[in-house]
Amino acid sequence: MAGVQVANVSRSFGAHKALDDVSIDFADGGFYALLGPSGSGKTTLLRQIAGFDFPDSGRIAIGGESVERVPVEKRRIGMVFQNYALFPNMSVADNVAFGLSVRGEPKATIATEVQRALDLVQLGKLGGRRPHQLSGGQRQRVALARAIVTKPRVLLLDEPLGALDKALRVDMQIELKRIQREIGITTIFVTHDQEEALTMSDRIGILRDGRLVQEGPPEEIYDRPQSEFAATFLGDANILRGDATGSGIKLPDGTTIAASTGASVPAGAKASCAVRPERIRISTGATTSDPANANTLKGRVSKRIFAGNNSTYFVERDGQTLKVIVQNTGTERLAEGQPVVLTWSPDSTVLIAA
Amino acid sequence: MATTRILEGLGRFYIVLLLGFLYLPIIIMAAMSFNASPFYQLPFEWTTDWYASLWQNDQLIAATWNSIEIAIITTLISTVLGSMASLALYRYEFRGKKFLQALLFPPIAIPWLITGTAMLIFFFGVGIGRGLAAILLGHVALALPYVIVVVSARLQTFAPELEEAARSLGANQWQVTMRVTLPWIMPGVIAGGLFAFAVSFDQFVVSYFLSTPGQTTLPVEIYAAIRKGFTPEINAVSTIIIVVSMALMLLTARFFKFGGEK
Repeated sequence: MAGVQVANVSRSFGAHKALDDVSIDFADGGFYALLGPSGSGKTTLLRQIAGFDFPDSGRIAIGGESVERVPVEKRRIGMVFQNYALFPNMSVADNVAFGLSVRGEPKATIATEVQRALDLVQLGKLGGRRPHQLSGGQRQRVALARAIVTKPRVLLLDEPLGALDKALRVDMQIELKRIQREIGITTIFVTHDQEEALTMSDRIGILRDGRLVQEGPPEEIYDRPQSEFAATFLGDANILRGDATGSGIKLPDGTTIAASTGASVPAGAKASCAVRPERIRISTGATTSDPANANTLKGRVSKRIFAGNNSTYFVERDGQTLKVIVQNTGTERLAEGQPVVLTWSPDSTVLIAA
Repeated sequence: MATTRILEGLGRFYIVLLLGFLYLPIIIMAAMSFNASPFYQLPFEWTTDWYASLWQNDQLIAATWNSIEIAIITTLISTVLGSMASLALYRYEFRGKKFLQALLFPPIAIPWLITGTAMLIFFFGVGIGRGLAAILLGHVALALPYVIVVVSARLQTFAPELEEAARSLGANQWQVTMRVTLPWIMPGVIAGGLFAFAVSFDQFVVSYFLSTPGQTTLPVEIYAAIRKGFTPEINAVSTIIIVVSMALMLLTARFFKFGGEK
C-alpha cells in the first residue's frame, strides 16, 4: 500500500497536449476520482500512473519511489479495465490466479489467495466458470479480484462501472467502496459520471483539456468551486456574470448579488457568482427583507419539470434562464408563465474570478 | 409454400451436383487403384497389387518422404516466422508498415510459374542452386504470406486490453505472448499452418524448377512418371495421400472451430 505523487506531469501526442503540468498528491489509502469530460486527459493520467505510457516531463512516485520510467509490469499496480479485459481462454479462477502465477508463486499459495479474493468479491463458488458464462456485474467482480489478489500498491480503475446498467451500477458502487475500505488500498478511479465521483470518493480531481482544474473533497468542490467549469461540471449551478464589487458582483442591469464564499476579486474586475439550484427559494410573494436570503431576483417561470420527489423550475430573467430545484412538500406548485421572486443566501453564493 | 419447396429441391440438387463434380473423379481414381486392369477396364476386379508394387517403387517412396519432410519443415518455419511477423505488424507502428503489408499480397497473386522461374534464376545467381534446400527455401517464401494473412485476420479479433491487463498483473512480454495472445490466435496459427502445409505439399511448379533428378518431390515425381507412361501405382499413391490429408483436415476441424469462438 502506498500513496501516489504526480508532480508537474506533461504528455503530448503530436501537437495535442493531453496532460499539461498536472500535479496531484494521492494520499495512502484514499479513494480518488479523476473526473472530466472525454478528452480531458483523465485516462491519459491514469495510464501514466499505471505505466502504460511515460510522461514527457514531470515525476510520478508510488510509495515515495520514482516510477515515471518504470514499465507497467514492474510497478506493482492493479488495474480494472472499462470492458474488464478478462482472459477468455481461462476460467475465472485462472484469470484471478494469473498475476500470482506469472510471478511464480507456489500452487498451494495461489489456490488459497485466489479463493480468498473470490470470496471477497462474493464469487467464491464460480471459480470454474468461463468469463463468457458470467453476467456483467460478475465479470466486473472477477476483474476486481484479479486486480487485488497480487496485493498491488495502488488500484487503478478506468471507468469500471461504465458498461453496467443503472441499478447494477449503484450496487457495484457500494460494493467497490466496501472492498476498498476492507483492504485499505489507495484507489484512483477515472469517471465522467459526476454522481459516481461524488458518492464514492474521498477526494475528486477535475480535469479539463489536460489541466487539473480543481482538487479536493467532494463537499469542498461542490460548495466552493473555483471556476465556472468546476461549478457546472460537478453538479448543477446557475452562473451569474457581472463586475466585482468587493463583496459580490453587480449584474449588467444594476442588481447586486452578495457572495460570502469563494475567491476574493478586486472591485471592478469581471467576476461571476455560482449558486446551486437547490439553494434558491422560489415564491410568488413580495421580496423579503430577511438578511439570510438577501439575494433577490425577479423572473417568470418558463418551464416546470416534475420529477416525483422534486420539481425543477426554469425561470427566465433578463435573457438568462435560472434553474431552481424545489423539494416536493405538498405545497402549492407554480404554473408556467407565472411571475416569481427568487431569493437565496450570500452564504450559498460562490464568487468566482473570471 | 410450393415455391419454397421447389427452391429447396433445386438447392439440394445443386449441392449434390457440386459434391459430385468435386469428388467423383477422386472416387473413380481411388476405385481404380483397387482394380486389376491397368487400363481402367471393367468389370471391376479387386486387387491390392498396385499398392504392393508401389511399395517396391523406391523412387516414388523417396519422393513422398521428401515431400512430407519439406512440407513439415516448411509448415514449422513459415508458421513460426509468419505468426511472429503478424504479431509485429499488430503491435508496433513503424515507418513503411502499410507498404510492407501491401507487399504481402502480390506473391499470392503472382503465377507460380513466374515465381518459380525467378527463384531458379536468383538461386543460381547467388549460388544456392537447385536441390531440396532450394525447394525448402522456395516453399517457405510461398507459404509465408498465407500464414501472415490468416494469423493477422485472427489478430483483428483480439482485444488489445487483454495484453495490457496481463502486463498490469506483472507479466513480461514473453508471458503475455505465450499465455494470453497465442492462445487467442491459436486457431489462426493452426489454419495458417495447414495452408502452409498444403502450399508446400501440393507445390508442383516451383518444386519442378528447383528439383534435381535424384532429389525431387512427390508431385514432380508423379508428373515424371505420367510422362513415362501411366501406371495405376499413381492412383494408389494418390489415394493414400487423399485419405491421409482428409483425415488430418477432419481431425483439425474437430479440435478447432475456425473463425468462431473457441
